[in-house]
Amino acid sequence: MKITLFIPCFVDQFYPQVGMSIVHVLERLGHTVDYPEAQTCCGQPPFNAGFWDEARAVAERQMAIFRDAESVVIASGSCATMVRVFYPELFHQHPREAEARALAAKTFEFSDFLVNRLGVLDVGARFAGRATFHDGCHGLRELGSKKAPRQLLQHVKGLELVEMTEAETCCGFGGTFAVKFPMISTAMGEIKCASIAGTGADYVVSNDSSCLMQIRGVLDRQGKSIKTLHLAEVLAQT
Amino acid sequence: MTNREIILGRIREALKAPAPHPAFLELGRADLPVGLDARQRVPATAQKWLPPVGQATAEQIDLFRQNAEALKAEFRACANVNEAIQHAKNLAAAGGWKKIGRHRGELTDSVARELGLVEVQTDQGYAVDDLEGCDAGLTECETLVAQTGSVLVSAPGSGGRALSILPPHHVVLARRNQMVPDLSAALQRVQEKFKGKFPSFMSFISGPSRTGDIERILVLGAHGPKKLTILLLP
Amino acid sequence: MNAHAKEFNESARRYTADLHHRDWIQKALSGYYAKRDEFKNRFQSWSGARDLAAETKWEAINHLDRYLDEFVSKLEARGTKVFWAPDAQAARDYIVGVAKQHQVRAVIKSKSMTAEEIHLNDALAQAGFEVAESDLGEYIVQLREEPPYHLVFPAMHLTRQQISDLFHDKLGSEPTNNPEDLTMVARRVMRRKYCKAEMGISGANFAIAETGMISITENEGNARLTTSLPKIHVALVGIEKVLPRLSDLALFLPMLATAGAGQSITCYNTLYGGPRQPGEPDGPEEFHVVLLDNRRTELLADAEQRDALHCIRCGACLNVCPIFKNVGGHSYGTTYQGPIGSVITPHLRGLQDWKHLSQASSLCGACTEACPVKINLHHHLLHNRRNAVRARPALLEKLIQFGFARMMCHPALYQFASRVGRLAQPLQRWLGGTILDPVRAWTKTRSFPPLAKRSFHELWRERKVS
Repeated sequence: MKITLFIPCFVDQFYPQVGMSIVHVLERLGHTVDYPEAQTCCGQPPFNAGFWDEARAVAERQMAIFRDAESVVIASGSCATMVRVFYPELFHQHPREAEARALAAKTFEFSDFLVNRLGVLDVGARFAGRATFHDGCHGLRELGSKKAPRQLLQHVKGLELVEMTEAETCCGFGGTFAVKFPMISTAMGEIKCASIAGTGADYVVSNDSSCLMQIRGVLDRQGKSIKTLHLAEVLAQT
Repeated sequence: MTNREIILGRIREALKAPAPHPAFLELGRADLPVGLDARQRVPATAQKWLPPVGQATAEQIDLFRQNAEALKAEFRACANVNEAIQHAKNLAAAGGWKKIGRHRGELTDSVARELGLVEVQTDQGYAVDDLEGCDAGLTECETLVAQTGSVLVSAPGSGGRALSILPPHHVVLARRNQMVPDLSAALQRVQEKFKGKFPSFMSFISGPSRTGDIERILVLGAHGPKKLTILLLP
Repeated sequence: MNAHAKEFNESARRYTADLHHRDWIQKALSGYYAKRDEFKNRFQSWSGARDLAAETKWEAINHLDRYLDEFVSKLEARGTKVFWAPDAQAARDYIVGVAKQHQVRAVIKSKSMTAEEIHLNDALAQAGFEVAESDLGEYIVQLREEPPYHLVFPAMHLTRQQISDLFHDKLGSEPTNNPEDLTMVARRVMRRKYCKAEMGISGANFAIAETGMISITENEGNARLTTSLPKIHVALVGIEKVLPRLSDLALFLPMLATAGAGQSITCYNTLYGGPRQPGEPDGPEEFHVVLLDNRRTELLADAEQRDALHCIRCGACLNVCPIFKNVGGHSYGTTYQGPIGSVITPHLRGLQDWKHLSQASSLCGACTEACPVKINLHHHLLHNRRNAVRARPALLEKLIQFGFARMMCHPALYQFASRVGRLAQPLQRWLGGTILDPVRAWTKTRSFPPLAKRSFHELWRERKVS
């Protein structure tokens, strides 16, 4: 299958290894991966801040770039949500609404794509360690993906998966919320990190790099050695 | 323009913009019997989702008992009125009752007569301080609801509004044929009984009065009765 | 930043730093979560119940004129006096007027968020009437002269020690750390007041159109006493409380109890359909229902957010909101707290003044998931943000967003910015945490990742070449 990658702007800039991990996993499964280089960003930052005209402008560019793709895989639950859930709303009663819906229908978050589109649970990964999984809110509540990431991790040889209390509680990132209301965001991050630490796990894994940025940020200041990894990075290990 | 016209005018203006029917709802549910009007459709659908209740009276009584006791009410199925009288006497002795409030009725007459206590009968009205000084309130009821363990009282059927809420111990006398499976059935029963001429007051009572306002700790007898006893007669 | 937004930030700063508050609220809610889940699981389908509840409220709100008219004509047919109050002032004036007309001296009140909304107690006090809050939690915060912390649990932020001290100070009662003893103090005080008050004021949870009744849900019995003994009963009812049929309560009463308080059913659910009827032993001589608009019709006119009027005031969204749990109910500075408050306050009190509540959210969606009537709460926060920007975009932010969009629409610009970022990267080490740090709001409390040496774009290009 030819799979087109949509790499969110901050993954491009801060966590490119997450993108590369996705490439490795998909190629290992025998698929061809394409990456239109003109892509930049899904438009979520202006959208969340209420600047929908600006968001629409960015979205229109991406819609053109991905028009001919068969399947689009995104490395982040929040960006996948932007395309699947919010592009149709952004373009509601707009001349390009049909195009927006078409892109939404063929775009998937990475774990959702593996499990529900490719029907794959075991990607042949091997990773020794005790890990806990944090559900990014967008993936969890907007896209309904609770089981898929866990099923994938359960098939990783050598991985011990433990659940934290409050796995579903928001880590506090929330986009610009993290810098507009830093005191609330940090408090939420601290509560999340306490949950993580409570599992005794060495790794916290998530399907959203923005959550991992927040969690890493708090863990570092707490001097904790728990490592943060994106789901794709774990699945890429052999 | 009257206030009514102002507000209704605002509403009609506002509703000119249609709100989309929520996408997640399936319109025209195929699984409901044909010919149901809205008044029946909601309870029929609700019954599919709310906790289930068996059809047999014995099952319902059992469920009522479980639910009422979980709510910290006392429930006793009595074989006959003498058993009920005996139990009431025991409560009176244990509680040191001197004065009870009650209303006239077939069941309340039979029981109150044997208790031989000072009575405040509310039927023709009463002095509030008199009722306030009662140790218990004895009433009948409209129905018992198995699904929730609730007692439905009404002003005409239970001696007014205050009798079942002011004295610290509320004792309810009910018959088996007053048991209904769920809230839908209870509401249907009163709609059929009163045919639009409803009492001004009806109340579903589910356990003794309670509060969790202090540190979320359950305390019984917040303002209403601290004790609720339901005696079921054949 | 307007005064309300400043106050919110200051209060949020205090509360989020208060670790004792953080633990206390978590502890207060943990019992609720367990009980709520227990009773949700007893439903054959909680999800089916939510769909039906959402549909029923949709029917009620989208035909509000019809159902309100039916409600009122049924009420009036049995002797209830109905007053249509277009705004808070009209409602206050009417209720004070009724009290004056009947030479009322003491007023007893049961819990009503609508009465909080219109500051009814202040109006009555100013007119010389003594008003007692009968609900234990409301009584406690009334004595403390503070607003309710939570719309269902007004005093959840207080310890028994604080309550004991309060009762000792204000009532002269013996200090005790036994919750039952404290409750009995309030019970004794209130009993005198119920028996003496000439007027009882209540709210209503639902207004049943079909039979012309209001339904009041409570655990303590104080609302029943408030509405049984005084000779006048005034009920203040928001126009959105309407349900079409009596039988709808069979669904809503259990859902309200489970979502709102983690109970199977609340202790007292009472239907009031008029003043004392002939043959009834007691009850008020006069029953007044005050129907309140107070800008609800403005929210109604916003078809996109109209479903916010479906709210049954259960408080479930507050109980799951991480923002609410961290900043506390008082930080909101307005009657309705939590997610529902953040959605409706801009409509009821002004968008520009209250948009900050819609901004103070990570949009996690736990509220929407918890709502028994499926209001699209977190998406409405986005809608409020969009509306606020459309009406009045902040110049600086507009420039930044414009710049961002420009950059993201032009890959060459984006790549250029990417390279500049890497060149400036070493500066981050020096500037980090100082006033020149562009992400200081982040770096004050969290480490910020460095830009990757090579972006994914660059890694991909290298790969293609090799």
